[in-house]
Amino acid sequence: MDTKQEVILSVKDLEVKFNLRGKILHAIRGVSLDLHKSESLAIVGESGSGKSVFVKSFMGLLDSNGYVSAGRIEYDGKNLAEYTKDKEWRKIRGGEIAMVLQDPMTSLNPLKTVGKQICEALKLHGNMPKSKMKDAAVEILRDVGIPDPEKRFSQYPHEFSGGMRQRVVIAIAVACNPKILICDEPTTALDVTIQAQILHLLKNLKEKYDLTTIYITHDLGVVANVADRIAVMYAGDIVEIGTCEEVFYNPQHPYTWALLSSLPQLGVKGQELFSIKGTPPNLFHQVEGDAFAPRNPQALNIDFAERPPYFEVSPTHKARTWLLDPRAPKVEPPESIRNIRGLKPLLNPEFVKLAAGGASDE
Amino acid sequence: MLKYIAKRLLRSLVTLAIVITIIFSLLRLMPIEGYFPNYDKLSPGQIQASLTSMGLLDPLPVQLWNFISGVFQGDLGTSLIYRVNVPITQIIAEKAPISIELGLLSVGLSLVVGIPLGVGMALASLVKQKKGVPSLAKKTALGKCMDAVGMFFATIWEKLGTIFIVVIQAVPAAVYYLFIQLYGTDLFGIPTLFNKNNYATWILPVVSLALGNIAYYAMWLRRYMTDEINKDYVQLARAKGVSSSGIMFRHVFRNAFVPMIQYLPGSILFTMMGSIYVESLYSIPGMGGLLVNVIQRQDNTMVQALVLIYSVISIVALILGDILMSIADPRIKLGKKEEAR
Repeated sequence: MDTKQEVILSVKDLEVKFNLRGKILHAIRGVSLDLHKSESLAIVGESGSGKSVFVKSFMGLLDSNGYVSAGRIEYDGKNLAEYTKDKEWRKIRGGEIAMVLQDPMTSLNPLKTVGKQICEALKLHGNMPKSKMKDAAVEILRDVGIPDPEKRFSQYPHEFSGGMRQRVVIAIAVACNPKILICDEPTTALDVTIQAQILHLLKNLKEKYDLTTIYITHDLGVVANVADRIAVMYAGDIVEIGTCEEVFYNPQHPYTWALLSSLPQLGVKGQELFSIKGTPPNLFHQVEGDAFAPRNPQALNIDFAERPPYFEVSPTHKARTWLLDPRAPKVEPPESIRNIRGLKPLLNPEFVKLAAGGASDE
Repeated sequence: MLKYIAKRLLRSLVTLAIVITIIFSLLRLMPIEGYFPNYDKLSPGQIQASLTSMGLLDPLPVQLWNFISGVFQGDLGTSLIYRVNVPITQIIAEKAPISIELGLLSVGLSLVVGIPLGVGMALASLVKQKKGVPSLAKKTALGKCMDAVGMFFATIWEKLGTIFIVVIQAVPAAVYYLFIQLYGTDLFGIPTLFNKNNYATWILPVVSLALGNIAYYAMWLRRYMTDEINKDYVQLARAKGVSSSGIMFRHVFRNAFVPMIQYLPGSILFTMMGSIYVESLYSIPGMGGLLVNVIQRQDNTMVQALVLIYSVISIVALILGDILMSIADPRIKLGKKEEAR
C-alpha cells in the first residue's frame, strides 16, 4: 500500500455475520481495507458478494440481525466495530460518513417536503440558526444542480423525477457535511443519460466538499469513470485491490478475469457473451480455500484446500490468489483479458461525452 | 380542494335523494297497519279519515316532496307506534346524546390504548430481531441484564398483544360483552344497570365498546409501522443520523398513521351511533337498536327518518375520511382535473 497517503478509515480483518432464524450467515469473511483521504474507491462484485453489508457496517446500518463478530473499523482513533448504541453511531452517521442509497424513488420520505428533509440533516449536523437553514438548503439544492431551488424547496418527492430525486438524496448527504460519502449503487436505478449526469455531479461535489468517496457498484462502466482504486469483492472477501489502471489492465485474480470477461465490450461478434458458470458459495457454510475455486476452470488443487493470502503485485496492487505464489504454475489469463489494453477507452465514448457534458437540466 | 368538496357534497346529495326515494317508496308498499297504533279497533271510515289527514292518500311524489321539505325544515315527522305522536326529532334528541357520549369516550379509550399497543408491538418485533445477535462492545453485567429484561418485555408485549387481537377478532362481540358484564360487575362490584349519574356504571359499557376498536387500531398500526420501518427512506434517515425515536415518531409513525386516517371518521361516527348489544345489556337508553326496534314494530315514519340519519352519517364519514387523507398525504390530489400547483 502507498503509505504516503493519509488513511482516513482503516478496516482490519472485519467479519460480519447475520443470524437468520438461528442459522449463521458469514457475510464478510475477514476483510481488511485502508481508505485514503480524498480518494475515490470503487467496490465491485456481483449481487450478494457483501459489498453493501461491508460499507453499512461502517455506519452501524446493518439490519438488526447482523453484527460485527470480529475485527476493527478504525476511524478518527476510535474503533467503530465496538459501537452498539444509537447515541454513539449518531456521531458517525451523516456528520462523518454519509450515504446515498440505490433507489431514489423510495429513499425519500414521501410525506415530507424535500426542503424539510434537507433541513433535518442540517439541524442534526451543525448549529445553524433556523432562519438561515432555508437559505442553506436552497444553496445545497442549487449545488446539486436542481433548477429553481426556491420553488423546489417546498415540493414533495413525488413532484420530482428519478434523477432529480437522486440529486435530492445527494443533497441530503452533503447537507450533513460528511468526510466520507458512500454511494451504494447510486446510478443503478437510473437511465443511462441520467447516470452520467449523476456521476459527474458526484465527482464535482467530491472536489468542492473535499470528500472521500466509496462507490459500490456492479457496473464496471461506472467504476472506470469515477474511481481511483478498485476493490473486487467475492463471497464476502476482497479478492483483488489496486488502482483503476492495475485492476482493469493487469488483473491477477481469476475472478477479476471472469468479471472483466463478462463485459459486453470484450465479447467477440457472433459469439455468445461470456458469463461466469455456477453460483457463489453458500455463506451459511464454512468456505474452504479460495471461494472462487469451484467456479474456476483453471483452479489449482491448493485453491480447494487453503485460503490464499494476499500477494503484492505492486505497492498499490494485491490479490488473493495462489497463482501469484512463486511456486504456482503459470496460468495465462483468458485471451479477452489480454486484449483489454486495446480497448481504451473502456467506456462507451457516448457515455464519457455525456458525463463530461455535465449536469445540464434533464 | 374546495371545489372538490363542493362537488363531492353535491354528489352526496344525489345519493341521499336516491336513498330517501327508495326507502320512502318501499315503505309505502307496507301494509297500512304501520300507521296506526290501534288499527284493529278503528272503523274503515276512521282509517280513511286519518290516512287523508296524514297525507298518505296524496300521489307518491307529493308525499315524497312533503317529507323532504319537512326534513329541510328540521321536521322528521312524528312517531306513530313507537311513541305515539311524539316528534321523531324529540325522540332522537333524547336518545342520541347518551350514545354519542358513550361512543366518544370509547373511541378516546381505543385511541389511547390501541395506538400505544400497536406501536409497542411494532417496536417489540424490532427488538426481537436482535435475539441471538452478540455484540463486540464490552458491556457491564447491568447492561446485559437490561438487554435481557428488554427482550423479555418485548416478547411478552408482542405475545399478549397478538393473543388479544386474535381473541377480539375471532370471538363474536356479543360473547365477550356478556363476559365483561358477568365478571366485571362481580369483580368491581359495579351495578349492572346503567345510571347516567353514577360514573362507575359507565366503565363497563365504554370498555366493551372500545375493545373492538382497540384491536383494530393496534392490528393495523402494527402492520403499517412494520411496513414503513422496512422502507428505504427509514434507512436514509438513519444514515443521516436521526435518532431512533426521531425516526419512529417523525417518520415511521406519521407515515403509518396515514392509511388509517381514512377510516377513522367512519369508525368514530359509527361507534357514536350506539351498539345494540351493549346498550341492551346495560339497559342504556341510547340509539343502539332503535332502528331494529322500529322496523319490528312497523313504525314507518321512524324507519324512514332513521335510515335518512344513518345515510347522512355514512356519507359524512366517507367524505371526511377522504378529506383527512388528502390533507395527510400530499401525493393524493382530490379532484384530478385541478392543475397541480
